[in-house]
Amino acid sequence: MIARRAALLAALRQVMADLDVLEIDGAVLSAAAPAERALDCLAVVEAGWLVPSPEHGLKRLLVELRRDCYQLGHVFRAGEHGRWHNPEFTMLEWYRLGASMADAVDTLDAVLQEAGAPRRVRCRRYADVFAEATGLDVRTADTEALAAHARAQGIAPADADAGDRVFWLDLLMAFCVQPTLGRDGPEVITHFPADDAVLVELDPHDPRFAQRFECFWQGIELANGAVELTDVEQARKRMVREQQARRAAGSAVPPIDERLLQAMTAGLPRCAGVALGVDRLLALLTGAEQLADVVPFAWPAR
Amino acid sequence: MAQYSTNQFKGGLKIILDGDPYSIVENEFVKPGKGQAFNRVKVRNLKTNRVVERTFKSGDSVEAADVFNLDLQFLYHDGEFYHFMDPNSFEQYQAAEAAVGDAAKWIKPEDKCDVTLWNGVPLQVDAPNFLVAKVIETDPGVRGNTSSGGTKPATLETGAVVQVPLFIEQGEVLRVDTRKAEYVSRAGDS
Repeated sequence: MIARRAALLAALRQVMADLDVLEIDGAVLSAAAPAERALDCLAVVEAGWLVPSPEHGLKRLLVELRRDCYQLGHVFRAGEHGRWHNPEFTMLEWYRLGASMADAVDTLDAVLQEAGAPRRVRCRRYADVFAEATGLDVRTADTEALAAHARAQGIAPADADAGDRVFWLDLLMAFCVQPTLGRDGPEVITHFPADDAVLVELDPHDPRFAQRFECFWQGIELANGAVELTDVEQARKRMVREQQARRAAGSAVPPIDERLLQAMTAGLPRCAGVALGVDRLLALLTGAEQLADVVPFAWPAR
Repeated sequence: MAQYSTNQFKGGLKIILDGDPYSIVENEFVKPGKGQAFNRVKVRNLKTNRVVERTFKSGDSVEAADVFNLDLQFLYHDGEFYHFMDPNSFEQYQAAEAAVGDAAKWIKPEDKCDVTLWNGVPLQVDAPNFLVAKVIETDPGVRGNTSSGGTKPATLETGAVVQVPLFIEQGEVLRVDTRKAEYVSRAGDS
């Protein structure tokens, strides 16, 4: 498995090189943490945070470099530990200038083909798969309708009465929709709801949705991609909104990453980015039953 | 009251849900990409043994159940309660029929049982894996028939009925496997 992992890392670097995407050997220890309601960063005493993805660093470099780039390395997320989660994991994240959501999906498809996926990716919209699995129209269903369906399915937490729309969407997505996705190969779900979109452009045709997608294979989330938000004022507003959500949930609220906003003020080029979970990809390619089987030193047994 | 956070969840952990003690059978951490994390947990109700599934928001806490196991010696059944004693502290415990359940047929006085206690009250009694007991009723033995495969039912002094070889006589003392309700040997045989 160690050799299989090395071969996969080499294949990923090769496909990036073939696409003329520049490797960035960026820092994983950062002075700032992203403001996202459901993303807890590992704090390092007197130093900052371990990055949950290389997004902020790569975007700051994009402003200077103005060319496609990627980072392949370890990222960290506090509290994420389970069969398909490890607090430290390997991520491939790339950004390509001028790319649309369809372009980003194409690049992802090329990467997955090179890695050995059984077929080309298929695309469906979030609203369609949500309706298929739950019978609910995500465009019109309000918080109460979402909650009622979750309760009827027996998946609602006992004390979740105060959950907001994003909470119920997450719950239904995780338990009712996600297990049905990508049964026979990678499947891309596009146009996620705009409710919790942060550094992502909304869909100009329907701003209730974002130009964001996720890729699933055998019900496991493998990648996340989006057309990146370039409007710095929007970015600040959404970060503040996410900070408020974190405060309301009693989570730690790291300060806003002013260096990123500074760079965005200077002008982030229009681009799309994709983050791919390399350990999960390796597990799915090899038929492993859990991440611990493909990670050399899995938490907490390390 | 002691609490457990969802990140302490693992198989075997004892918690209180809706006032009842439960044991965690399986815990799965579930988190949609950018979303809220959940723990989907299979739990067994320690009173009814029913297994149900529950969802928790990751990071939430639940009350710990004061549940632990002791090796207790069975003393006697008074018609209503089964009485046990801790051979170390000599402390006595009385278990209701519901807690003893099927184990009632597989224990006799002085046998040591694995007893699960909740707040000091027996919740579940597990019989020892092997029981040595006298046959109080069975058809007459077939002499000389020590090797053929035939069996017949025999009632033990504890009330359990097991299939035994045809040569077993009433009054003999047998060793039986309580988990499979199976005859093992005559007591004293090896």
